[in-house]
Amino acid sequence: MNVENEVLLKFPSKSKNEGFARSAAAVFAAQLDPTMDELGDIKTAVSEAVTNCIVHAYPDSIGEITMKLRQLPDHVLEITVKDQGRGIEDVAKARQPLFTTGGEERSGMGFTIMESFMNELRVKSVPGRGTSVRMRKRIVSRGEALGHRAAD
Amino acid sequence: MNVTSYVQDKHMTLVLSGEIDHHAARQVMAQITAKLDAYLPTELELDFGEVSFMDSSGIAVVIHTLRAMRELEGRLVLTNIPPQPLKVLQAAGIGRLTELTERSAV
Ligand SMILES: Nc1ncnc2c1ncn2[C@@H]1O[C@H](COP(=O)(O)OP(=O)(O)O)[C@@H](O)[C@H]1O
Ligand SMILES: [Mg+2]
Repeated sequence: MNVENEVLLKFPSKSKNEGFARSAAAVFAAQLDPTMDELGDIKTAVSEAVTNCIVHAYPDSIGEITMKLRQLPDHVLEITVKDQGRGIEDVAKARQPLFTTGGEERSGMGFTIMESFMNELRVKSVPGRGTSVRMRKRIVSRGEALGHRAAD
Repeated sequence: MNVTSYVQDKHMTLVLSGEIDHHAARQVMAQITAKLDAYLPTELELDFGEVSFMDSSGIAVVIHTLRAMRELEGRLVLTNIPPQPLKVLQAAGIGRLTELTERSAV
C-alpha cells in the first residue's frame, strides 16, 4: 500500500499522555484538512484507545504505548495504538456496549465510541502479550464539505 | 479542569471547564461530590459551556452524578453542551437518562 506519510510515537502509560496523544493525532490529521467535527471524532477515538492502554493494559505499572499515524491513499487516516500489556480474553465481548472490567470509573463505552466515530475498527489481542487497536477514517476535506471539490 | 459553583436555594449550577478525560475525571468527580455534600441541592445543573473536550470517562462522571442526585431525590440537567461532548453523551444514550441542552450557536 502506498503510504503518503507516517509518524510513530512511543510514550509511557501515564495519564497525562492522553492529552498529548490526542493532540498529536489532531496535528497529524490536520494535513488532511478535516472538518471540526472530524477532528473531534479523531481526538475522541484516540483518547479512548490510549486510555484503555493506561487503565486496562497496564493496571498496576507503567508500560510502553506506541501510536502509529498514517496517511493512506484516498484521504484515509489510519491510527494504530499498541501495548504489550495484559491483553483481552474475549475481544468480541469486550467490544460490546457497556461491557467493562473497570468498575465505577469506567462506562464500558470506549470501543463503541471508537467504532462509531471512525469508519473502521480492528482489535487484535493476545492475553498476556498485548493489544493492538487499528482505526481508519476517511477524511472529507473541509473544501469538499463546503461543496467546492478541489480538482485532484 | 475546573469547577465553579453557583447556589440559589436548593438549585446549584456547576460550571465545568477544560478537558474531561480519564486524567481529569477523578478530580472532577471529587469536586462535584464535595459540592453536593456541602449544599445537598434538589436541582443540579451541570453547565458544559466551557468544556473543550470530553471522552467516555466523562460519561462515568455523569452517571455517577446522576446516581448521587437520585439519592438526594433531586434532578440533574446538563446544559450548554458544545458539539464534541454532545456527540459523546449521545453515543452513550445519556439523553435517555437526563435532560440535555446544546450550546446555542454564537
Ligand atoms: N488495551 C487493553 N488491554 C487490556 N484490556 C482492554 C484494553 N482495551 C480494552 N480492554 C478491555 O475491554 C473492556 C472494554 O473497553 P472499553 O469499551 O473502552 O470500556 P471501558 O474502558 O470503559 O471499560 C475493558 O473494560 C477491558 O476489560
Ligand atoms: Mg475504555
